[in-house]
Amino acid sequence: MPEPARPAALSGSRLRRGTVLVWRGMRTEPRLYVLAVLASAVFGAATVAVSRAVGWATDAVVVPALAGDEAARADIWLAGGVLATVALTLALSVAGRRIWAGWGVVGIQADHRRGVTRQYLRLPLSWHRAHPTGQLLSNASADVEAATGVFNPLPFALGVVVMILVATGMLFSVDPWLALAALVVIPAAIAANVVFQRYMSPAVTRAQQLRAEVADVAHESFEAALLVKSLGTADREEARFARRTDELRAANVRAGRIRAVFDPVIELLPNLGTLLVLGVGTVRAASGAVEVGDVVTAAYLLTMMAVPVRAFGWVLGEIPRALVGYDRISRVLDAQGEIEVGDGVLPAGGTGIGVRLEDVGVDVPSAGRTATLLDGIDVEVAPGATVAVVGPTGAGKTTLVSLLSRLSDPTRGRVLLDGVDVRDLAAGQVPAQVAYVAQNTFVFEDTVRANVTLADEVSDAVDEGVWEALRLARVDDVVRALPEGLDAPLGERGANLSGGQRQRLAIARALVRRPRLLVLDDATSAVDPRVEQEILAGLAADAVGTGRPVTVVMVAYRMSSVSMSDVVVHLEGGRVVDTGRHDELLARDAGYRDLATAYEVETARRERELVDERAAGEDVHEPWDDDEEGAR
Amino acid sequence: MSDSRIATTSDLGVLATLRRGVQISPQIVQGLWLTLALAVLAAAGRVVVPLAVQQTIDEGILADGGPEPTRVALLSTVAAGAIILAGLCTAVVNVRLFRSTEAGLAALRVKAFRHVHDLSTLSQGSERRGALVSRVTNDVDTISMFVQWGGIMLMVSTLQVGVATVLMAVYSPALTVVVWLCFVPLFLVIRLAQRAVGRRFTVVREKVGAMLGAVSEAVVGAETVRAYGVADRTGRRIDGAIEDTRRAQGRAQVLVGVVFSSGTLLANLVLAVVVVVGSYLGIGGGLTAGQLVAFLFLVQLFTGPVQMATEILNELQNAVAGWRRVIAVVDTPIDVEDADGRSGAAASPRGDARVTLRGVHYSYPGGPEVLHGIDLELPARKKVAVVGQTGSGKTTIAKLVARLMDPSAGRVELDGVDLRDIPLRRLRERVVLVPQEGFLFDGTIASNVAYGLRDLPAEGAVDHEVRERVAAAFAALGLTEWVADLPDGLDTDVGQRGEALSAGERQLVAVARAYLAAPDLLVLDEATSAVDPATEVRIARALDALTSGRSTITIAHRLSTAEASDLVVVVDDGHVVEAGPHLELAAAGGVYARMHASWVAQTR
Repeated sequence: MPEPARPAALSGSRLRRGTVLVWRGMRTEPRLYVLAVLASAVFGAATVAVSRAVGWATDAVVVPALAGDEAARADIWLAGGVLATVALTLALSVAGRRIWAGWGVVGIQADHRRGVTRQYLRLPLSWHRAHPTGQLLSNASADVEAATGVFNPLPFALGVVVMILVATGMLFSVDPWLALAALVVIPAAIAANVVFQRYMSPAVTRAQQLRAEVADVAHESFEAALLVKSLGTADREEARFARRTDELRAANVRAGRIRAVFDPVIELLPNLGTLLVLGVGTVRAASGAVEVGDVVTAAYLLTMMAVPVRAFGWVLGEIPRALVGYDRISRVLDAQGEIEVGDGVLPAGGTGIGVRLEDVGVDVPSAGRTATLLDGIDVEVAPGATVAVVGPTGAGKTTLVSLLSRLSDPTRGRVLLDGVDVRDLAAGQVPAQVAYVAQNTFVFEDTVRANVTLADEVSDAVDEGVWEALRLARVDDVVRALPEGLDAPLGERGANLSGGQRQRLAIARALVRRPRLLVLDDATSAVDPRVEQEILAGLAADAVGTGRPVTVVMVAYRMSSVSMSDVVVHLEGGRVVDTGRHDELLARDAGYRDLATAYEVETARRERELVDERAAGEDVHEPWDDDEEGAR
Repeated sequence: MSDSRIATTSDLGVLATLRRGVQISPQIVQGLWLTLALAVLAAAGRVVVPLAVQQTIDEGILADGGPEPTRVALLSTVAAGAIILAGLCTAVVNVRLFRSTEAGLAALRVKAFRHVHDLSTLSQGSERRGALVSRVTNDVDTISMFVQWGGIMLMVSTLQVGVATVLMAVYSPALTVVVWLCFVPLFLVIRLAQRAVGRRFTVVREKVGAMLGAVSEAVVGAETVRAYGVADRTGRRIDGAIEDTRRAQGRAQVLVGVVFSSGTLLANLVLAVVVVVGSYLGIGGGLTAGQLVAFLFLVQLFTGPVQMATEILNELQNAVAGWRRVIAVVDTPIDVEDADGRSGAAASPRGDARVTLRGVHYSYPGGPEVLHGIDLELPARKKVAVVGQTGSGKTTIAKLVARLMDPSAGRVELDGVDLRDIPLRRLRERVVLVPQEGFLFDGTIASNVAYGLRDLPAEGAVDHEVRERVAAAFAALGLTEWVADLPDGLDTDVGQRGEALSAGERQLVAVARAYLAAPDLLVLDEATSAVDPATEVRIARALDALTSGRSTITIAHRLSTAEASDLVVVVDDGHVVEAGPHLELAAAGGVYARMHASWVAQTR
């Protein structure tokens, strides 16, 4: 959780932001990072020790022994032993560094992921709607990986600092000129790595971005596969994809070219340094200042340092990517807009909830201005009543009913449940008594039982309730036919239900909690009309198993369902046109009549047309025939 | 029927995969021989330093007459020239490799992408969309990554070890054998250990997948989580999955650390072995001090490649696996074959569209038969409604008429010509199917409707003229008012997959789009099932007028469509049970009469 006092977002120069990012990350796992950096320091010193041991063995054993020195001959095994010991130290330090650094990274990743997902669960739905699903998922995956990539080479790079310090001390203690010859390339090598990363990071970022674009195009195009096929637009899609692909190719080649230039340079520098050491070393050996072994030490050290000095480049190269990833994460962590709750409590009484909307309006930002979805809505629903919200496509029906379960709050006006403003109710009150069933059913990757109860508890009592809800939703037969019954897994990796079955499952999910207010947002559109009637009739008769009446607010198209309701709210263009019983509205609301009797009227019109045609004579020549001839 | 599934991976061996891969993208091997020759030169540069060390010690510092700085200075200068030259070769090799492979891989991406679209809807449906996307993205990326990093490394390493071995053998064949004897077991042990690492990473991937699944519940299921107040439980599930992931990653890290460091250990132990064995060999006169020290430097040339080799081989395996998956797509047979260019292809000119089904049977792959011998004559320029219960086979008929798939037996004909003989390009111009779930691209209403235009300029730029045509389409369908009520009219953003619109609104856009495509036969498969009755009737009436001269086949639950059609076809359990004008069937007292009565009851 972000501390409110300190936002997660970083500010200041890139260097400052990078430093803070690294520091905060290490603070997340302090113990691991102390160990990793210590191990890396040992590694740095051990690397220098290996080169020193090689040089020492050359002077003390190899050269004299080969020259015929008997004493040195006896030391051959000692030299081997010393080298083996140093090798073991080196290897242990490498193991420690890698393991602790690795644990540190996964620890920081887990921390970021917990923080981000906490926010997902906390932030209001309006925030969710403003952010694409793909983006939120990548905040928890790709962005977390990007933000933590820098922590992989970090302890290594810190160990290299130790390595350079120890090497400098050791070489100067041997001979200053030899030391200078050996060390002169180190700054150059580090500089080359830094410059390389400076060129490379934007190139890699660009390629990465194009990779994402290529994936986006492919994703959209494949999702549109049926459309593409049915309109025969595969050529157009191919051209679109090929264009992005070619940009990606160019970007990859560009990144490759940068690497192609720098790789040999970076590799070259330590080698040139070695050659310099050989030249200077020979001069110093001629003057008797150094032995062969000292030259070998310096030369060997440079060979061994070729890879470690790259670590600075890796760290610096990862920082821009880490900052971008962390920025994205911190936008989630710093997002405001928690749903404010009061301490009001709904009575757990035996009746349905009474609902009142007072002058409710909803505005949403759209392309830089505000669009009004609902305006001046005044609706009163008596406890236990069944209300149908009817209106043309796009009238604002979903927006209206989603206010009742507080999936969003109105911009103006108040929503009252049992006379209490929903914003004054304590957390958990609304979900406990209001059940909302959406147009589209979300199925969790879980068992049938858990998908209905949305809880982990398993007991006979629970199962009894689940079966009862499934029965009321007329989906019990479907579940009984599954081999594992209530334990059958659902979701992408489990059994797949048809659209109608999913909707009925969602209704069972709502009913099992014995709500006092049931909100059905076109929740039976894919259910067979006959079954829909049964479900609604069952609700009325059974009253959710308790004999108490439940208030039902439903968005519906089918007149058979609408006519079963006590009250119809006719919505159009975000405003209530009229409210009343179905037959009342039919009588006095022309717009409603059009909507409700569209089919009837159309049937009658056709029949009339047909009669007219017949009356016009036996020349049953469909009108379009003439049109057609005219057009050709 | 052929098996139309897209295989998860091709079953080609490694070499066969590479061969087939190169066959698909020949650009990869363009100029490979020159590249290889340059790579040998580049690798030769790696042994310059050890050679210089040996020369400096034996002929410079330990020279018989005392150290010889001038000689060493000259030697170093020549050596510097040599490594700079080798460096240049490395640069050229890298650039050449990047260029040729990226060109080849771009071609592979496009080829696989196109193939996916050319596959039948059944084949497309046999694989999740996301998985198909990764065939043309991630899987190709693994090949690209391998070439950019592993491939070059593999080539350079192999050559480097080769050249180093040659130089070592010149100094001392015996010590060379010793060094090889040390490294070969190390290589084999690391290889085995790497398998174990691979297994741990498989676990990591599974855990990461499960974690992303849990996270997606909080994102995709946000509404449900909120509506039912189950945020705490969802949070616990996510935390559990995050912790599982961290543990699995931690365990994998331990093994990686152990394997990597044991490589370091053994590589440095070889130094001890070389010093001990080399000294004894040197005493016997087989080796000079300089040569022995040079060995220590040469051993360094082994360490990198041997330690990297396993990682590189893993990358190679990943790349080959990726390549296999892409090849599996490209090699999936197209079961709805295009007649274009084939002998016997029919011209099928635009105009009246008459559809005939002759003895059509259909069964989905591996499933029971769903159509049992359909014979139908759907006359040109008529409105035909196909009705029936869910699962009766009416949608299958629509798909067969639009040739989304071919019948298992029998023929579907357009103007008397078997659909299989009509070039697909022409068929798609003449027959357009509007499905229930019309897909919308992330863009504006205008750009989505304009997608139906046959002469749409590239990348869908919606200019003034296109806008006019889109507006005209909505006007013709009686939807101008609906468009005007949208926040930004034609420029209203529909969001990803059109999610900013309701299901009904998406259908309106899809119908307008199909209208602009102007086919001879329009197949509407529940295309207006989610719009309100008044709008549906309005569209139906508009289509009546517009489709004059065109044929339409409408698959519908709502029987208002059937009432308005010229011919009603009733499908039940894969058979056509009734066919005739609405009034006749409604009065006949059969299946349709019952369906219609129940429909009327629902709507009043």
